[in-house]
Amino acid sequence: MPAMTMVQALNSAMDVMLGRDPDVVIFGEDVGFYGGVFRVTDGLQKKHGESRVFDTPIAEGGMLAVAVGMGAYGLRPIVEVQFADYIYPATDQLISAAARLRYRSGGEFWAPLTVRAPCGGGIFGGQTHSQSVEAIFTHVCGLKTVVPSNPYDAKGLLISAIEDDDPVVFFEPKRLYNGPFDGHPERPSVPWTNHPQSEVPEGHYTVPLGKAATVREGRAVTVLVYGTMVHVALAAAEEAGIDAEIIDLRTLLPLDIEAIVASVRKTGRCVIAHEATRTCGFGAELTALVQEHCFYHLEAPIVRVAGWDTPYPHALEWAYFPGPARVADGLRRALEG
Amino acid sequence: MEKAIDQLPDATEAAAPRLALHIPPHHPAPGERPDFGYVRRYAAGVTERPSTDVPAQATHELAYHLIRVLDDDGAAVGAWDPKLDPETLRRGLRAMMLTRAYDDRMMRAQRQGKTSFYMKCTGEEAVAVAQAFALAPDDMAFPTYRQQGILIARGWPLLDMMCQCYSNAHDRLKGRQLPVLYSAREAAFFSIAGNLGNQFPQAVGWAMASAYKGDHRIAVSWIGEGSTAEPDFHHALTFASVYRAPVVLNIVNNQWAISSPQEVAGGEEATFAARAIGFGLACLRVDGNDFLAVYAATRWAAERARANHGATLIELFTYRAGPHSTSDDPNRYRPEEEGKEWPLGDPVERLSRHLIRAGEWSAERQAQLTSSLADEVRDAAREAETYGTLDEGPHFSAKTMFEDVFKEVPWHLRRQRQELGV
Repeated sequence: MPAMTMVQALNSAMDVMLGRDPDVVIFGEDVGFYGGVFRVTDGLQKKHGESRVFDTPIAEGGMLAVAVGMGAYGLRPIVEVQFADYIYPATDQLISAAARLRYRSGGEFWAPLTVRAPCGGGIFGGQTHSQSVEAIFTHVCGLKTVVPSNPYDAKGLLISAIEDDDPVVFFEPKRLYNGPFDGHPERPSVPWTNHPQSEVPEGHYTVPLGKAATVREGRAVTVLVYGTMVHVALAAAEEAGIDAEIIDLRTLLPLDIEAIVASVRKTGRCVIAHEATRTCGFGAELTALVQEHCFYHLEAPIVRVAGWDTPYPHALEWAYFPGPARVADGLRRALEG
Repeated sequence: MEKAIDQLPDATEAAAPRLALHIPPHHPAPGERPDFGYVRRYAAGVTERPSTDVPAQATHELAYHLIRVLDDDGAAVGAWDPKLDPETLRRGLRAMMLTRAYDDRMMRAQRQGKTSFYMKCTGEEAVAVAQAFALAPDDMAFPTYRQQGILIARGWPLLDMMCQCYSNAHDRLKGRQLPVLYSAREAAFFSIAGNLGNQFPQAVGWAMASAYKGDHRIAVSWIGEGSTAEPDFHHALTFASVYRAPVVLNIVNNQWAISSPQEVAGGEEATFAARAIGFGLACLRVDGNDFLAVYAATRWAAERARANHGATLIELFTYRAGPHSTSDDPNRYRPEEEGKEWPLGDPVERLSRHLIRAGEWSAERQAQLTSSLADEVRDAAREAETYGTLDEGPHFSAKTMFEDVFKEVPWHLRRQRQELGV
């Protein structure tokens, strides 16, 4: 099997789906001729044609509205929002229309669209190219929210998202596009090549939505993470020498509650880490769920490690980012509590 | 050499006037004389009809005309006369009158407490009805809440519409939607959004999909003049222009957005049809109370779209004769008799006069039809009420509340359903 970067794996997912399903179309800013600012749609227009992969005006709200209309017609549009930070103009169409269409029409109409957007920081993108906005969408009933952490999952989850009959918001941690990132910006970048999850089949396969993956087994404490923080948590556990069980949620909604409950009941402790701001972040929901499902198994208060409640500061990026030291500190607090 | 800043003239010493903020004036207040001085009277039959394949620019001067076919005597005149046969016109008249009778009945039902809310389209019936007549039955409509006339013109059962308004056990939308926010896939009628403007660019997306698939169907959407200020409107025009989408985009300018006159939406300095100019779209501006003109303009735009010449923006100039909704009291913001003085008349009376003048209709038949339509509506309402009303039920069971959020019910919703005990 070829080793793929996350960019190549995502590209392959769309290539496969364009080949299998004539109702799949891709559009967004710079995705056509140029192949996307992160190269995720590179070559797809040339291979599959201009009417299947095309550029749009700079209007995220318009893109999503068009996707809703196309979805209602029967197509499966994939929309690239160039940065998750730019998804806000599209939220009315996503929340008021895409997410509610099936419900409000009594099941007559639905919008099987996929919105892809690079998220997260670590590339000196400043406050407008670094945000993690997933919790805005997990709060909306009718949307599914996915955040992959490696090439294999990225391809399998994206194919599942495209094939899903509900609207899916698919956030791609841009710091992981070209290699796993453990949260140590001072170290040289590592390519995906030698990572086991970079072995990606060329053809069609799926990773189901709603299923988490245990990426490290352990007995001392459960760590709930997704996206970039999966790699940061792995580094933190190694560096702190803590027998942590790390669960990559992969899909935030629907959430794999069974995997979470089984692990926390086993370890009795739980650390939740995400890059997004802390207050009302997805960690707040996870904290509540763990408390509701595992209260009598908990031996210590649940610990949250998250981005600070500030905009993502350009020069102070690494003071903002919840790196391995902060996660390791969280692990120690969970063990002491 | 550049002047130093301290050598520039002091702006405060110049004779320039102080800046003044312009707030669009409100029309005559309740108790004052209605004033439609801003409505320019255009004669019927004088506007040229370009062929449907002209470049969009060739239509742009029509943004400042008003296409009218029916003159004050009820004669059909000029190049835009669609020359419809009397039977079609009688069916159009009937659909408009049925829409009006339906509205009156449901308005009363709301007053009787049988439902929470209702919205009439009185005075605007020609918009939806004539347009539905001009379109193919499978052209996809993305309407607002004031185009119930499309469903009626397409022969959709009143009973189904009433059950939706009553949110009863036969409501296909399962009691989830505010009354009048219909959805009827079989009638090519898209689920109505409560969020104004959402449907306009969605129609463009649907049209793009239809073009992508090499289909024959076009999309048609409606928006109120008030909501043209929303970004959705601009998205629709941009995407329609860029991708030459086979779509007809209608602005229903009924002069009022709840209490805000059309000037507040930007109607003071330009017509709404003129919005098309900067986007390079074709545009038509039409007397919205003239069944024949509305039909002809819609037909023109539909033909143009179907021939891959792109989208047309149509401004339908009309008047909201009733309240915005059952929650609104227009007597608080406009003269009570304003509607009677609307210079473009009433669409039902005007089409009726035209048919009578042609010897194809009579006052007696009109009275007879009014009475039989009231009976038809009453019978449908009685049947609908046997399936329940909002106040007395029965409604869909509470467990259905958790369905259709997703295609499959996920675990957290199953759990919440159990928590509710259903």
